[in-house]
Amino acid sequence: MSNSNHSESPAAYLDRSDTRVEHAVGLLGWFKEFIDRVRSGDVGSLPVVVGLIIIWTVFASLNPIFLSSNNIVNLLYDCSTIGVIALGIVCVLMLGEIDLSVGSMSGVGSAMLGVLWVNQELPLSIVIMCAIAAGGIVGFTYAFLRIRLGMPSFVSTLAGLLALLGFQLYILGTSGSINLPYGSALVNFGQLMIMPAWLAHSVLMLPGIALLGFGLRHQKRRKQANLSSGSVAGLLFRVAAMTVALQTVAVYLYLGRGLPWMFALFVCLVLAMDYALTRTKWGRSMRAVGGNAEAARRAGINVDQIYISAFVACSMFAALGGILSASRLASASTQAGTGDVNLNAIAAAVIGGTSLFGGRGSAYSALLGIIVIASIANGLTLLNMSSSLRYMITGAVLAIAVIADSLARRSRVTHGRA
Amino acid sequence: MTTVRSVGVLNKAEPILSLKGISKKFGAVSALNNIELEVHAGEVVALVGDNGAGKSTLIKILAGVHLPSSGKVLFEGKAVELSSPSASLEHGIATVFQDLALCENLDIVANIFLGQELSTLHLDEVSMEVKAWSLLNELAARIPNVRDVVASLSGGQRQTVAIARSLLLNPKVILLDEPTAALGVAQTAEVLNMVERVRDKGLGVIIISHNMEDVRAIADRIVVLRLGENNGVFTPKTSNEELIGAITGAKDNSVSRRAAEKNKVSHESENGEKYVQQ
Repeated sequence: MSNSNHSESPAAYLDRSDTRVEHAVGLLGWFKEFIDRVRSGDVGSLPVVVGLIIIWTVFASLNPIFLSSNNIVNLLYDCSTIGVIALGIVCVLMLGEIDLSVGSMSGVGSAMLGVLWVNQELPLSIVIMCAIAAGGIVGFTYAFLRIRLGMPSFVSTLAGLLALLGFQLYILGTSGSINLPYGSALVNFGQLMIMPAWLAHSVLMLPGIALLGFGLRHQKRRKQANLSSGSVAGLLFRVAAMTVALQTVAVYLYLGRGLPWMFALFVCLVLAMDYALTRTKWGRSMRAVGGNAEAARRAGINVDQIYISAFVACSMFAALGGILSASRLASASTQAGTGDVNLNAIAAAVIGGTSLFGGRGSAYSALLGIIVIASIANGLTLLNMSSSLRYMITGAVLAIAVIADSLARRSRVTHGRA
Repeated sequence: MTTVRSVGVLNKAEPILSLKGISKKFGAVSALNNIELEVHAGEVVALVGDNGAGKSTLIKILAGVHLPSSGKVLFEGKAVELSSPSASLEHGIATVFQDLALCENLDIVANIFLGQELSTLHLDEVSMEVKAWSLLNELAARIPNVRDVVASLSGGQRQTVAIARSLLLNPKVILLDEPTAALGVAQTAEVLNMVERVRDKGLGVIIISHNMEDVRAIADRIVVLRLGENNGVFTPKTSNEELIGAITGAKDNSVSRRAAEKNKVSHESENGEKYVQQ
């Protein structure tokens, strides 16, 4: 009973014992693997990055102001509010569900801020917590309707869209608009507050340091476990590239006003969500339920709890996004959260690469997608184009993104990559 | 290998899992009636029967999906209550379902550890990958890379992953519900090899199959169910007619009639030629 597999080259890594598989060696091999992956439809964030480069090139050539530091800072302010809402959308899309009421929910969030903080003069922190809790209740309702009554989220959230819009109009009453006090911390946060330059430069060193530290520790652990580990040189290259890129961005931003605190908050939320989705059991369960809910149930995952957590997180992010946009506009009005807020948030997540079919996506798609959408809006405004054209172009970009998603999915199926 | 086998044989006196008078009623229909079944360590028991014989119901009772209406399940001599899938798992009864068992969008490591991830708030990917490799190597599985998504695997490889997953919690008994139903010739052989390896590790195996050839190839005992009742225990040496007779409940049945007709056509040449000419 001699086993040939075990006797041959015992020094080989545990995950490199199959000789049929070609493994990437060095930078060139890594590049080749990347090309293969893209060709088989595992495109990740590539389309949105390419799209962003095209959009920025076009707008910069039409109007040089587009790429000026101060305009980029404005762009970052614009991104943050809807970006936070899009982050919630990523959660529900991950399960193959949808929430069409995030716009209305953000409107309710801003209306609650106006009524409770300005009119009732409650402390700001309590008001913010109330608004986010209200989002949690709405999200729980959707999840309940989904898991107990089998109501498709498309319908329940469509009903929620109308109901929440009505609630927003009801609590704002006849005035229709409440101005937030200028000079208050919240409005400053939404309009003025900029990170000091020294702090921004130091903070932007952190990702590189973290990548280096965790990367080296990870490689050491893999080596100890007799698994192949990537090259140290490759890691150093990535750390260097990342740090240089981030510092360049910081230098450029501080030619103008600098890095807004609000955008920093958004990015922190994105990073936290990315960690939760990729490094925790909850994130693994989210992906599993989105991919195959029945398999997840049989594996002992509490599928109902996962649905609840996703819908609750989505509506809470929507409420928080509403508060941020109220602080950006310094008002809570009946207009908040209406119009294109809803669809921009959903479009951002999809354009960024989160699949509508469930099971695939990342928190970064909210960040990348919202930058695309905000760039289009911002660029067209600079060119004095009307909102009619803006809607049409955003619509076209969304259509292209969904087509890219569908084509990539089909290609993944034929290449066996799901 | 042989040592483990002999231990299994020695322990034959005390079954690892035994069902005593298990009945299951769905309303007025009695799906299972007074079923007796025993599995020993290091033994493969094949569960065969026609559609509606109650095989799947029996597996579901053991997997903790259904509760029996009456009867006892003894695990290592002690009566146990399998009230939920997790209760079955805790007792050491693992089930490999025929379908719907893997998430295609996740990689192999994630699928093997699905619902059992190490360290909830900071997944220990390195330990999980090492454990995944050791499980797959135990089964002598030919998986190129455990970081591939399951969608890229063949049917046999997927079944391998499903079996590896069931072994994660060190079960004592493993239930396989038609593991070869959707597989090709080579892949079927691969899965049968794997079942033998699991048996050689000293586990009890219950396998459902419609394929008499597979059943004969690996089973130590063949338990026939018919209309929710025991209809005999056979050995792999039993003749096909006898097995099919037990499964369908009669010597004179559609299968034997077809076989007889075939014989008629090939042997009785005169009649045969007449049939052909017509």
